[in-house]
Amino acid sequence: MTEAKIQTRGLNLWFGRKQVLENIDLDILANSVTAIMGPSGCGKSTFIRVLNRMNDITLGCRITGSVLIDNEDIYSPSTDVVKLRTRVGMVFQKPNPFPKSVYDNVAFGPRIQRRTSKKELDVIVEESLKGAALWDEVKDRLNDSALDLSGGQQQRLCIARALAVKPEVILMDEPCSALDPSATAKIEQLMAELKKKYTVVIVTHNMQQAARVSDYTAFLYVGKLVEYDLTDDIFENPKNRLTENYITGRFG
Amino acid sequence: MTSKSTTQTIAFLVLRLCTAAILIAVFLLVGFLVWNGAPVMSLQFLIESPREGMTAGGVFPAIVGTFYLTLLTLLFALPLGVGAAIYLSEYADPRRRRTLYIIRTATVVLAGIPSIVYGLLGLGLFVLFLRLGFSLLSSALTLSFLTLPVIVSASEEALRTVPMSYREGALALGATKWQVVRDAVLPFATPGILTACVLGVARAAGETAPILLTGAAYFLPQLPHSVFQQFMALPFHIFILSTQSVDPRLTRPLQFGTVLVLLLLVLSLNTVAIVVRSRYRRKYRRVSG
Repeated sequence: MTEAKIQTRGLNLWFGRKQVLENIDLDILANSVTAIMGPSGCGKSTFIRVLNRMNDITLGCRITGSVLIDNEDIYSPSTDVVKLRTRVGMVFQKPNPFPKSVYDNVAFGPRIQRRTSKKELDVIVEESLKGAALWDEVKDRLNDSALDLSGGQQQRLCIARALAVKPEVILMDEPCSALDPSATAKIEQLMAELKKKYTVVIVTHNMQQAARVSDYTAFLYVGKLVEYDLTDDIFENPKNRLTENYITGRFG
Repeated sequence: MTSKSTTQTIAFLVLRLCTAAILIAVFLLVGFLVWNGAPVMSLQFLIESPREGMTAGGVFPAIVGTFYLTLLTLLFALPLGVGAAIYLSEYADPRRRRTLYIIRTATVVLAGIPSIVYGLLGLGLFVLFLRLGFSLLSSALTLSFLTLPVIVSASEEALRTVPMSYREGALALGATKWQVVRDAVLPFATPGILTACVLGVARAAGETAPILLTGAAYFLPQLPHSVFQQFMALPFHIFILSTQSVDPRLTRPLQFGTVLVLLLLVLSLNTVAIVVRSRYRRKYRRVSG
């Protein structure tokens, strides 16, 4: 077993007075795909947004407990949030490329981090697009607007854009919910590739997807972690009644 | 049944008449101006100075003066207005409702102040207190105050139309708040902001009272060659022609010609702004869909 990349201990989160996450202890292992699954409103998106502190921009958000990445508390006062987000990349539910060229989208991250030469940038852009399995489709149209790509291509572009800042962890918040089945399949294949180099955490309300792509699955229900185990065990041999009811489709 | 449908017919008729009244007003106004102003319109009229006590010649110095004035106003109002809009839209803490409320109310109040009051402010503050004298500079500063509310509120609007997902996308790539604003918000709000500024200065270009008190001249033999000089301007020129004429029979056509020039100038500024804005809206509809 590999070591834990991310550990949450006694994690509680409130939006105003409403508690959204309750006492979550979870170890996410490096070089694996971990799926966070659960019905709508169970706090799964909120949970992964804890991991790159995207909830910081939400008004009235309050957090207790600890979140460790490589044994460092990312909520300690000395954490550089901007630097944290370069280590923990994120892909959103709806593809959100900037209305710039394909090239400029991927180059966005490196450009804001430091001065990069054109030559260096060319290499990063190519590597990132290859890493997101998009290079062959766009290598002749790097200067076209990203908005002219299909939805699935846009989402892979967003993955490439995240890869370009060389993160260690990639968070994906229902990355396929706006895509058709064939685009979804491509992204799912990609995840298997990505976990070789990165720690991948994916939120999904689609059980089949969790079963297909992940090594570990966490089942969240109304803000609580109900069960967390190897994906195969969760689906074949759930220990908790709630989990069983959910995966057998009794609610969702 | 009949009475119900009759009521409806009457209601629609009244509504149609209301709409028609607007159209008629516009057509009458523009038609009247074109009818009276067109005969004096010529290249000569646009490139000559007024002659013989303003009873002959053209309006060239007034066009140039208005052009300088508008440009200078834009120069002051744009950074100030856009800066305030960025603060309000991106930086101001939304939890501080009271402060934001006060700032917004102040903007609305500023927009409602009669232009003559701005003129007096300009006279007191720029011309006399800051000793800038009757000058292009004083007038432009005064007009930039006047356009500020338009620019602030329209720019803020433009910034808010930039999808939230751009901000999140940039933040997630490790951008600082300032980098988010500079690289993921401003570039996409620029057309909207420019539109806002053009609409703002188009209004300023037609103002008379503020420049009357701060730097517009009755007649100048030369074009201004520094911002500390007085200038001629179209709206003020119209005012002069219509009130200070030595011979109304001779100045009346010139007066209409000048009005037509001003109207065309302001309308074309507005048209440019509207075209830019509609293109920009079309472009972003694809993203936010």
